[in-house]
Formats: sequence, C-alpha cells, structure tokens
Amino acid sequence: MLELLRDHTLQVVAAGAGVLGLTAGALGSFAVLRRQSLLGDALSHAALPGIVLAFLLTGSKAPLTLMLGAAAAGWLGTVAVGAVVRRSRLPYDSALGMLLSVFFGFGLVLLTVLAKRPDAAQAGLKTFLFGQAAALLRRDVATMAVLAAITLLLLLAAWKELKLLACDAPFGESLGLAMGRAEALLRVLLVVAIVIGLQTVGVVLMAAMLVAPAVAARQWTGRLGPMVALAGALGAAGGVAGAVLSSMVPRLPTGPTVVLILSVAVATSLVLAPHRGLLWRWLRQRRTRRAPHLDPLLMHLYALSLQHPDDPEHGHRLGVLRTMSPREVDVPAALEALAARGLAQRVGEGLWAPTWLGRREAEKALQREENADVR
Amino acid sequence: MGAAEGDWAMEVEDLTVAYADEPVLWDVDVKVPVGQRMAIVGPNGAGKSTLIKAILGLVPAVAGEVRVFGRPRGRLGGQIAYVPQRSSLAWDFPTDVEDFVTMGTYGQLGWWRRPGQPQREAARRAVQEVGMQEFLTRPIAELSGGQQQRVLLARALVQKAPILVLDEPFQGVDAPTERAIVALLNQLAGEGKTILAVHHDLQTVAEYFDWVALLNIRLIAAGPVAEVFTEDNLRVTFGGRVGVLAGGRAVTGR
Amino acid sequence: MSAELAMLAVAVVTALACALPGTVLVLRRLALVSDAISHAILPGIVLAFFLTHDLNSPLLLIAAAGTGLLTVVLIETVSRSGLVGEDAAIGLVFSALFSLGVILVSRGAKGVHLDVDAVLLGQLALVPFDELVVAGHAVGPKALWSMGVILLANLALVVVAFKELKLAILDAPHAAMLGFSPAVLHYAVMALTSVTAVGAFQAVGSILVVALMVAPPATAYLVSRRFSAMLVASAAFAVTATLAGAAAAFAADVSIAGAMATAAGVQFALVFLLAPRRGLLWQARRRYRQRLEFAGRMLVVHLAHHEGRAEAAVESRPDALHRHLKWSHPFAQRVIRYAAASRLVHVAGPLLELTAEGRRLAHRLIAEGPPRPRV
Repeated sequence: MLELLRDHTLQVVAAGAGVLGLTAGALGSFAVLRRQSLLGDALSHAALPGIVLAFLLTGSKAPLTLMLGAAAAGWLGTVAVGAVVRRSRLPYDSALGMLLSVFFGFGLVLLTVLAKRPDAAQAGLKTFLFGQAAALLRRDVATMAVLAAITLLLLLAAWKELKLLACDAPFGESLGLAMGRAEALLRVLLVVAIVIGLQTVGVVLMAAMLVAPAVAARQWTGRLGPMVALAGALGAAGGVAGAVLSSMVPRLPTGPTVVLILSVAVATSLVLAPHRGLLWRWLRQRRTRRAPHLDPLLMHLYALSLQHPDDPEHGHRLGVLRTMSPREVDVPAALEALAARGLAQRVGEGLWAPTWLGRREAEKALQREENADVR
Repeated sequence: MGAAEGDWAMEVEDLTVAYADEPVLWDVDVKVPVGQRMAIVGPNGAGKSTLIKAILGLVPAVAGEVRVFGRPRGRLGGQIAYVPQRSSLAWDFPTDVEDFVTMGTYGQLGWWRRPGQPQREAARRAVQEVGMQEFLTRPIAELSGGQQQRVLLARALVQKAPILVLDEPFQGVDAPTERAIVALLNQLAGEGKTILAVHHDLQTVAEYFDWVALLNIRLIAAGPVAEVFTEDNLRVTFGGRVGVLAGGRAVTGR
Repeated sequence: MSAELAMLAVAVVTALACALPGTVLVLRRLALVSDAISHAILPGIVLAFFLTHDLNSPLLLIAAAGTGLLTVVLIETVSRSGLVGEDAAIGLVFSALFSLGVILVSRGAKGVHLDVDAVLLGQLALVPFDELVVAGHAVGPKALWSMGVILLANLALVVVAFKELKLAILDAPHAAMLGFSPAVLHYAVMALTSVTAVGAFQAVGSILVVALMVAPPATAYLVSRRFSAMLVASAAFAVTATLAGAAAAFAADVSIAGAMATAAGVQFALVFLLAPRRGLLWQARRRYRQRLEFAGRMLVVHLAHHEGRAEAAVESRPDALHRHLKWSHPFAQRVIRYAAASRLVHVAGPLLELTAEGRRLAHRLIAEGPPRPRV
C-alpha cells in the first residue's frame, strides 16, 4: 500500500480530488444554507456548451480556455434563470431544470458538430459527464490549486457579507452592506468551484461535492466558521480517500467513489452527531419516556424542597406526596425506586427529601421541557 | 408631547411603490417625530411592511423621497436599525445568540476586518438589555418565538442607531416577552430614540404608542394617537368592519 | 416505415408521454425531482440489465419504477428528518444512487457490455432498426410500441384522476379531507414518471428526459390559466419542439435529442419574450403605456395637493417633478406632454396648472380613497 502512495499518478489525482473537495465543501456550505443546493448541479450541466464552444472557437484544448468557456456558460445560465424567475410566475426549480437540460442539450448538439470536424479528437462526453481524474496532469492540479486559493481568499475577505447574505440578506442591506454584490461574488465563486471539479468528478456528481460535505458538517457544529472549515476538510478527505481507494481497487472510477464515501459520511453524521443526530434524538426520547411515573414524583419532591431553600434536607411527609400523585401510583415503592437511583432519601419516619443529585435531575428535566416547547 | 416643525426623524413624501402596475403604496406622505413611538396600522395587504422596506430602501420605489434628519436617505449608514419580521428569517442558520447579535455590528466594519472584542462586548451588552444573557451560547435554532424576537431586537440595538424600525415585533410572542419589549421601547424613547413599528394589534395601539399612521395603500391619517386614532379614521382604513369598544379600544371584525 | 419517420414517430410519442407527468411536476414544484429520478434509476436499470442482458426488456421498466419510488421515498425521509433541506436531500440521494449505478457498471459482470452513453444520451438513430416482430410481421420499432403504451398509461392517469390531480396540486389538505389520499396519487405520478424516464432513455437518454418533462410544461405555464389548458398546451409545445428539433437535426446532421432539447428551450424563450399579453416585450410595452397613465394621475394628484398653497409656485414647476416624483427630465417632459394632450394640465409659462378636468380627476382620485381597499 505504501508503494501505492508513492505512485506519481495517484499523488496527482489525490491532490486534485483533495483541492476540489476543499473548495466545493467550503463554497457548498453557502449554497446549502441558502437552499440553493441544486444550483451547482444546474450550473455543472449548463457548462457543457461553453466548453465545446470554447474549443470550437479557439481550437485549443488547454484547460484554462475550456474552463473560461464553462464559466461563461455557467454565468450566462444564472443570469437567464434570474431573469426568468423575476419576470414570470415560473417557480425557481423549473427554471433550474430547464437551464440544466436545455443548455446540456445544446452542448450535445455542439458535440456532434464537433465530431464531424476533421481535427476533432472528441474529448469524449464521458469525460465531461464523469470526469477523468486519472487523466489529471500536475499542471492541471496546479491550476486548480491556484484557483482554489484565490477562491478561498475571496471567501475570507467577504466573509461578513457572505454570512449576512446567507443568514438575513435584507438585514444586511439595511446595514448598508451591498448584498447584491455579495450574491454576485458567491455565484462567481461557485462557478469557479464547478469548473475546478468538472475535470475530476464530472458533471453529474458535482452537485454531491458541493452539498454532501456541507450537510455533514452542519450536523457537528452550530457556528458558520467551523462548519465551513469542517466541510472543506471533509470534502478534501473524501476526495483523497476516494482517489486512493479507486486506485487500489480495479475498475473503480474515482468520481463515484468519492461521492459514495461522502454519502456515507453524511449518513453517519445524520445518525451519530450529538444533539442533532437521529441516534441522540432517539436516546433522548427514550430517556424521557423511561419510568414515566418516577419523574413526576421527583418533580413533586423538588417543588416541595423549593419551599425550604435553606434546608435542603427538610423531610416531606409521605401523605403529602400521596396527595400530589395520581391514585394508581404506588408512592412508597416509587420513592424506594428513586432512592435506589440516588435521587431521593428517607430523612425520617415517613419523611422524604430529594438528594442533591435528584435536585439536579429535576432542574435538567425542567430545562428540557422548556427547550422542547421551543419548536 | 408635540413635536415642532423640524423635529422630524424621518420624512416621507409622495412615496409610491408598485409591483407590475399594482400599487402597493400610493403617494404616501408621513413624518415621523423624533423621540416618539409611532405605530403603522392597517389591514392585511395595506403595504405596512412595504412602507418600512421602502423607507429603508430595501424595495425600489416608483416615486417619492425619504429624508432622515433632514437629509436625503441615500445609502444607509447606521442611522436606522431594522428589526425584520421574525418569520422572514431561516432560524436554522448555524449561529448562536452572541454571534447573531454581533452581526449587527458588521455595518461598522470594513472589508477584511473581523468583529473583535469591542464588538462582542457591545453584543453582550445588547443581549443583556433584552434579558437573554443566559442564552449567549444557545444556537438560535433552539429559541422560542419570544426569545427569537428579543434576539432580533438585540441585534438592532447593538447598532446604537437613533432610529429603530420594527416590523410586527409583537406577532406571536408570549406575554412576558411583549411586556419586556414594550418596556424597552419606552426606555429607548425616553432616551430620545425614535421608534417606528408596524403593529398588528389595534387593542394596544393607544397604550404602546404616542403617534400612529393609518395606512391602506394610501395614508389615511397620521399624527398623535389621541387625535388620529378615531372611529371614523379606523372605519375608512379598515373598510367599515371595525368596532370600537368602550375606552377607545378598537377591534376589527374579520 | 422509413427510418426517419420511425425516429420522428418515436420522438413525438416520447415527448407527449413526458409532457403529461411533467405538467404535474412543474406545478407541484417537483421539477428537479424528475432530474433526480432520471439519474438515480441507473442502478436499478443496471441490476435489471445484469439479469436480462436486454436494454428493451420490460424488467427494466419495473426496476426503474421501483428505483424511482425508492428515490422519492429516500428524499422525503431525509428531508423529513428536519436536518436537511429538501433541495439538499434531492442532491444527496440522486448523487449517491447514480454513483452506485456507475460503479456497478464499471465493476459489473464481465463480458456484459452496457453502454452508458446509450443510457444517458439515448440512441434514437438505432431505434428504427429494432423492430417488434409479431407473428412474423414487423410492426414497427419496439421503442414506438413501448413508448406508446407508456403514453397511454399517462393519458389514462390524467384522464381518470383529473379532478383529483387538480385538487392535489392546489390544495393537498383539502384533498385529504375529501376522502382520497393525495399520497397515493403522488406516488402513482412518481412511479409513472420513473417508467416514462426509462422508456424515454431510448429516444433521448436520461438527461434530456428532464428537458422534455420540464421545458414544454414550463412554456405552457407561461400562457395557461387553467390546469386543463396547461395540459393541452404542454402536449402541443412538446410536439412543436420535437418537430422543430428533429427538422433542424436532420438538416444539420447533429444529435436529434440535443436538438429537441434546444428547440424546447428556444421555444420557451420565444414565448417568454413574445407572447401576446404575457410575453416580456408585450408587458414592457403595456407597462410603458400604463406608466405614462399612472404618472399622469400622480401628476394631477401632486398638483392638486399643492394647489392654492404657499409652495404651489415651487411644486408646480417641471423641475420639482424631477425631484419629488423621481422622474428624469425627459420622462417628466413626456408625462407633461401626455397630460397636456389629455387636457389634464395646462402649461402656464414656467408653471403647470391643472385644468378643470384635471382638477376633477385629481379630486376623484383623492376622494376615492385607496385604489384597492384590502380587508
């Protein structure tokens, strides 16, 4: 395996996938937060005609040229979608769907035009669709890295504006910050990220590169900065892991492998993350549902003890507790059960008080109630 | 307390906003006095939120002029603090209360500059003013309606602007929060700040506000509550389905 | 049947079959789900293909329907967790499934050749040569028959469940109250969408299925007011796009599917811009005329407001209009000319004066109260 890691091609592919994962993860966070996850997908498809036209017009297959073509087509696409949505009743998702498929269809037409030219060595639609990570050159990765660095720098520079854009754009506008320009910047950065990714994972899977790391990261943190950083890290890790795995296993294409690894990461995050994760939610629900008749009794004890703040060991009569509880509850047995759990103590003949632990449990339960009412 | 000519925090003239030829605000003239609490009331669709947004420049106006302290509004820069409608935000955004309120200081920082100690201090003080100091590290997604409203208010307060503009600040909040916000607004007005709020509850207009503007696409009337908040004006504003209870409290039948 | 006629027939039937579920999808804001389904059914088809080795086998249709439903169920489950937005859920699910499909293809049973290009881009050119043979007679391309059956199925659903569809689109809770389950209908539509997508692969491939499902209905959306009208218009636009695209493709010898998608897009653009009453250009003209009329009313009201008062001398000057009403000088001139021509104002030297008629209009506008009282 170590031999493998020293393989030059693998190093290049892994670096490329890593750079892509980092950029897409970071930028994708903003797209996801603004509920524009599929914009990346649409832009990826829409880039095809741009790439082919760039080749048709310039005759050059230099990555930078093709990237410019892709970027131009992507940009044109966002403008078109924006115009259609603003000036007609058509919903946003239909506009995106049209952008994606119509532009792509036009790209196909151009490809068939290309195929008839004598000088055409058609790069192959498959490359565009699925990426051809294995064909990445050091030069390509270097270009990608430079673009990624510029993108991340711009992201940092406009951090405040982008954060406001994603959280509450009208408020940002009311502060005097130019939200329109921030939005335009985000679109440009997104297009650049897509252009970086087309070579590596191809059109269809670009959406996942933008969305999966961000969704996974969101489950683990409640602040934007850490989320973006984590998304970038997850994206990069997924990219590298996918590249390594696909070189170890025969006939395993890089792009889809990366996406599957990231999907597993998302699923894991959704289940295991603390606070938000499904597993935690389930456990918490079980805890509150456990021993339903014990908790109210503890709460009664706690309520009574509040009346004697200076005397926490003040004993309360069994009879009083009996009156406070529903008739079917066997209060003495329940009290014994509480004592067994260390939450209550007998302080005298027929006199009970909550322990320090019991008081803390009661307070936590109250807090949980308050939070649960919140939704 | 009457305001003399020239004591206007904001002056709106001939303001007209239209979406695809449908007028949403038409030829609205209204002056907001300094240091008073002013409510904007009207039926649904009367353009109340739009008026606020147009004053702030968030929606384009087809015609009209807005002056702030005598000068044309231009690009906003710390004169007006905005508290939008609670429902207009996506509350599952990853941020906690302290960070959220700190965002209110972003207008004061230029490119590249990050919020530092002074900004966070200011945010913490604003959070304390609205009584949410125990929730500084709570994610905003876990806040109740009333808590959200307080936090929105804190985010506006941190700007220390002389004018505070609120869009339905009491919609869907619990009674203690409503009382707290009213007390806070009174305190701010006492300090000379100007308050302008879209208000949905006719019952409390007289109690919470000094001035009122009655709006239904066009301005029906504006001025001190005692003068303007009359049965006749309300009838015109709400198109007839208004009942006035004893004690001058009005209620709409809807 | 000539080859070209066969291709055309298949294309038209495919477009019609897509337009029907597409209309429902666009109205229910599920346009991108069609994109997701068309990508995500790949693993289902691949698995079925491994079993039957036949791209035209009906088993593929069943597998497609199943995978399509699975996709929809997964998307809904993920987004219902509350942890992931719906748009992100779509992106995640289809990417994961598609990646799985691609990997299955790559690693698939040796000796089995599944041409991914065919699945993604269709092979309309081969369709005429794959005929259905019944009792020794060739009765036409298989694709025509399968697509025809699908079209009939879609038609049947639309006709039989027309009222229910309409209700479900407009008002799901109300529909549930009336005793039928919008959920059943929803899944039926999704299943048919998946089946249609697979059937359409042969003609146009999966990516362009989206074009056929979204673009003609979107175009219809621009000009229809009623569901029934929109269905008919979708079908009509689908046919015209197909014919135009096919004609262009035959003439220029380019990808037919791509040309169809492009034609559908161009058609949308044309309707968007030029349609009478709804089209952009029309609206711009009407808006301009109305703007003048609107401005004229503002002018008389403005003059009436300040008439007879101290500031009249200032406010009635044409340059006051520029300041107060935010009219550029040229526009102000145009309004004045319009108002003068309509005999509402009268230019008295440097000032504007209301004519008697203008004053009447102004007072009427003012007295009328709100232009549209809302209660």
